Amino acid sequence: MKKFLFILTLVLVLSGLFTATTVFAQDGITDDEVNAIAKQLYCPVCENTPLDVCPTEACRQWRELIRLQISQGMTEAEIKQYFVDNYGARVLAEPPRTGLNWLVYILPPLFILAGAFILFRSFREWTKPQIVEAGSSGESDAGEASSPSDTDDYIARFEEEVKKRK
Amino acid sequence: MTETTTPKRSVALWVQITIWAFLAGLLVLVGVILGKRQQGTVQPGDAIPDFSLPLFSGYEYEGQSSVKLSDLQGKIVVLNFWASWCKPCEQEAAELEEAWRFYEPSGEVIFLGADYVDTEPEARSYLKKFSITFPNGPDMGTKISQMFRIRGVPETYFIDQNGVLYYVKVGPFASVDEIKNIVAQKLP
Repeated sequence: MKKFLFILTLVLVLSGLFTATTVFAQDGITDDEVNAIAKQLYCPVCENTPLDVCPTEACRQWRELIRLQISQGMTEAEIKQYFVDNYGARVLAEPPRTGLNWLVYILPPLFILAGAFILFRSFREWTKPQIVEAGSSGESDAGEASSPSDTDDYIARFEEEVKKRK
Repeated sequence: MTETTTPKRSVALWVQITIWAFLAGLLVLVGVILGKRQQGTVQPGDAIPDFSLPLFSGYEYEGQSSVKLSDLQGKIVVLNFWASWCKPCEQEAAELEEAWRFYEPSGEVIFLGADYVDTEPEARSYLKKFSITFPNGPDMGTKISQMFRIRGVPETYFIDQNGVLYYVKVGPFASVDEIKNIVAQKLP
């Protein structure tokens, strides 16, 4: 009997806790819902810190404002627009595609493409075979690297060596 | 004997010029932006461009819901940037209000409060807490604070009767007399 009462109490307590949590999740606005929007915003006071993780009082007030706006039925786009209207476009994590902001979107891919093109050209030139016929010493790449007299000496020694072996 | 090395294809001159011009333009742009950031606040002697400050209900100026700097020609303007989350702002709130009450009857000086990066409920609580009565409103889009290139709050800008900035106070005022002394510099 004692065991039965214990289990009954445990079930009641657990079900009560579960119900309370469910009610809170339905009626209140969770931190996750707030942070889903907050992480797309930056407070101008704390540069480079997204609103969802910013510890300052100003950011806490902003998160509470987002919570209030969600509870009033405002959409994500409406909330973000409210913040832009009140605090300027610089609060957005992703700058709007207007004016000079376009550079942020255009330049990185442009530089990557330019870099890829330069690499491609360089690799092609490095791997292209350069045919140099015998006797063209002094004009070849090798000849350019060393002086003509060095090359002549080398050839003379080479021919001498061949003669010796014969 | 023939040599068959491939001739090097060079990039067309106009392409090279375009690329270099583009890179130079980009460098200039970055330089200008960095230069502006390093400039600091507007300096005494600078003529302040016109701006319009919307005002909180209950904190209007002569019944108007917004105030333009150009409408205040002939008066000394004390423009104070503050925020409800700013603790140093609380240190000077009472002094500013006291100074405002001192000058209000003469009509020669106008105090304006620009609420920086704040939420209205908290801003209103702050104004009520310190019994502030002078015109106050939000710096919408942080346009005015960007124009003054403020570095934080509180900061106070004293603009003379001709719309020229003549004093900048960074940080809180220590006393009412400090405010009065600065205002007195331009009073007839």
